[in-house]
Amino acid sequence: MKNKMTGAEMILHALKKENVGAVFGYPGGAVLDIFDKLYGTDIQFYLTRHEQGAVHAADGYARASGQVGVCLATSGPGATNLVTGLATAHMDSVPIVAITGQVHTHLIGNDAFQEADVVGITRPVTKHNYLVKSVHELPIILKSAFYIARSGRPGPVVVDVPKDIQQQICPESYPDKVEIRSYKPTVKGHPQQIKKAAQMIAAANRPVIYAGGGVVASGASAELRELADTADIPVTTTLMGLGVYPETEAKALKMLGMHGTAYANYAVQECDLLIAIGARFDDRVTGKLDKFASKAKIIHIDIDPTSIQKNVKVDLPVVGDVKLVLAEINKVIEKKQNTDWIQTILTWKKEHPLQYNGGSSISPQYVIEQVEKVANRETIITTEVGQNQMWAAQFYKYTKPRTFLSSGGLGTMGYGFPAAIGAQVAHPDKLVVDIAGDGSIQMNIQELATAVLYHIPVKIIILNNQSLGMVRQWQGIFYDRRFSSSCLRRNINCPPHCDGSGDMCPKEYVPNFVKLAEAYGAAGYFADKTEEVTPTLEKAFNTPGPVIVEFKISEEENVYPMVPAGAPIDKMIKGMA
Amino acid sequence: MRHIINLEVENHSGVLARIAGLFSARGFNIESLSVAHAEKEDVSRMTLAVRGDDAIIEQINKQLNKLIDVIRVIDITANYYVDRELVLVRVNCPPNKRGDIQQVNEIFGAKVVDISNKSMTMEMVGSEAKVDAFMETMRPFGIQEVARTGPIAMLREFKKKY
Repeated sequence: MKNKMTGAEMILHALKKENVGAVFGYPGGAVLDIFDKLYGTDIQFYLTRHEQGAVHAADGYARASGQVGVCLATSGPGATNLVTGLATAHMDSVPIVAITGQVHTHLIGNDAFQEADVVGITRPVTKHNYLVKSVHELPIILKSAFYIARSGRPGPVVVDVPKDIQQQICPESYPDKVEIRSYKPTVKGHPQQIKKAAQMIAAANRPVIYAGGGVVASGASAELRELADTADIPVTTTLMGLGVYPETEAKALKMLGMHGTAYANYAVQECDLLIAIGARFDDRVTGKLDKFASKAKIIHIDIDPTSIQKNVKVDLPVVGDVKLVLAEINKVIEKKQNTDWIQTILTWKKEHPLQYNGGSSISPQYVIEQVEKVANRETIITTEVGQNQMWAAQFYKYTKPRTFLSSGGLGTMGYGFPAAIGAQVAHPDKLVVDIAGDGSIQMNIQELATAVLYHIPVKIIILNNQSLGMVRQWQGIFYDRRFSSSCLRRNINCPPHCDGSGDMCPKEYVPNFVKLAEAYGAAGYFADKTEEVTPTLEKAFNTPGPVIVEFKISEEENVYPMVPAGAPIDKMIKGMA
Repeated sequence: MRHIINLEVENHSGVLARIAGLFSARGFNIESLSVAHAEKEDVSRMTLAVRGDDAIIEQINKQLNKLIDVIRVIDITANYYVDRELVLVRVNCPPNKRGDIQQVNEIFGAKVVDISNKSMTMEMVGSEAKVDAFMETMRPFGIQEVARTGPIAMLREFKKKY
């Protein structure tokens, strides 16, 4: 039977064949044909208010579900608006297929209306990208895009489709599978390396597991847990790895690094074997490189060979899919106990817990703790970037993978809310909460329309310190309290210098988030007293539909512990007196 | 140290940009790059000369391998290989110097490809070291213009040293 689909129809056909549950996007001239074919179909399409909202929502959908997230945008500005979201997904290895319209083939390179070199612009922020040059290659390119996005170390793939190709008849059918001769990720660990890893684990007295986002991507939480339990190994995770090992466990060290727990950082510095699993030794994790885990031998398990020996010299690299490699290691590992070491860890945990000083205003850390109390173990937390993100990482105990979604590598402000929308679409029955700051939330606040109109009941918690808290924190500690442009009350009457709030400060803060929520048709609540926090959260979580909850917090509240950039990770600032 | 890396890549448009983009984005140094299609029409062969310490060279090899369009990466530096480079060079040459220059050409096996009353232009093929030596020998005559291809290289079939 000869295929009679147009290119546009082939694109939608591919989405169905790949079991895409939801598409986020925004129309425009160069994708009119795709939108025309979308008209009246049963494909779940979500019209966002900005292409950045669409790509972050696709990202949130992918992280929450483990499926490929899909977004659709027009040529030129539509595609360039995706760039931040693609870079976000690329840094955190999130599978996304972004389909962009492009001007007519014969206009490419002529500076046509709404033309941009999308393949050129997105090359460094995607795993791979394609400009479709003929309708004949469209099916194989779409198939490859999905395969590349989800296999190996996942990542975003852009498929740029000129308008005329969307309109032409595509004689080829959609392939069932694809073989790419130049792309063959290593998934099975080398048996010899696995044997050596098991020997090193058996010989270690003070081992630590350092688990990252690769454990989430590979779905290896159970295998990780088995290893930790069998060989009696404490587990610290990166920001991306939160939840892969239940933080309620005695051996859980929570997050390490710049804003990690003191006990995680001590454990890494004192261990004799560091087992890095699906993690990449980011500078926010390692601090001063040559002082990082300097007493330890290092095993590094990762599917991406380029991650190995990139920042840190490791003793035993194992290239492969984390889940398969851990399963093999678990087969040969023997039960053992590291009693003294675990005792040391427990003592550190007791002596150096995460803590905060309760002041007269609401403590943001307290809000996070109360969110955990009012929420449940299935709740998905997304975050924006900055202090809100770090408090959400520190003061909530994550027990399951894919319950904490945050822009780790790129640190994209404005990620959390649209990502929460995507996560909620993937899990309509779960409670999805975006922990936000008053700065970040304004970067994609327009998506409130999307949430309201599609009945996506995301709860947004704004920790409002009326400033860009993390910027302010650094200015306070390292820049002599020269608060340059980190105050969001700053107005035209402010003096050029500002070293903190005083009587002269403007009282007015815009926007009024409660009214803003109401303007969009969402509910808005406000609280500025500690005793109001829990009841307000309960009320918000029980309100149907999207809700903004604004808690007024002090601008002086900082994130601790804190390792100054470039210092060894056990040299922490534990907090201000 | 300097490494010669051979690449087999898909012969698509845009592949060269991916390779060049990788080098600039990661701050790797590239000394020369030559590219043309190989024995199969759909495969291009590239020869890269790059410089860096062992860790950087390892990253370069891995990062190249990670590019979807790269089929094979072979760092041939540690093996026995043959490398050749083509140079075109124009030197000052009044008629009375023609004999002197021809003498040098004979030693290096260079061929005259253009001549005028003021200059002579040669093509010369050889290993990089030989091309360097040829250039040095030509320098006293006064070099006007040089175009070098950068090395292309191939592993030797016989692995024995000779």
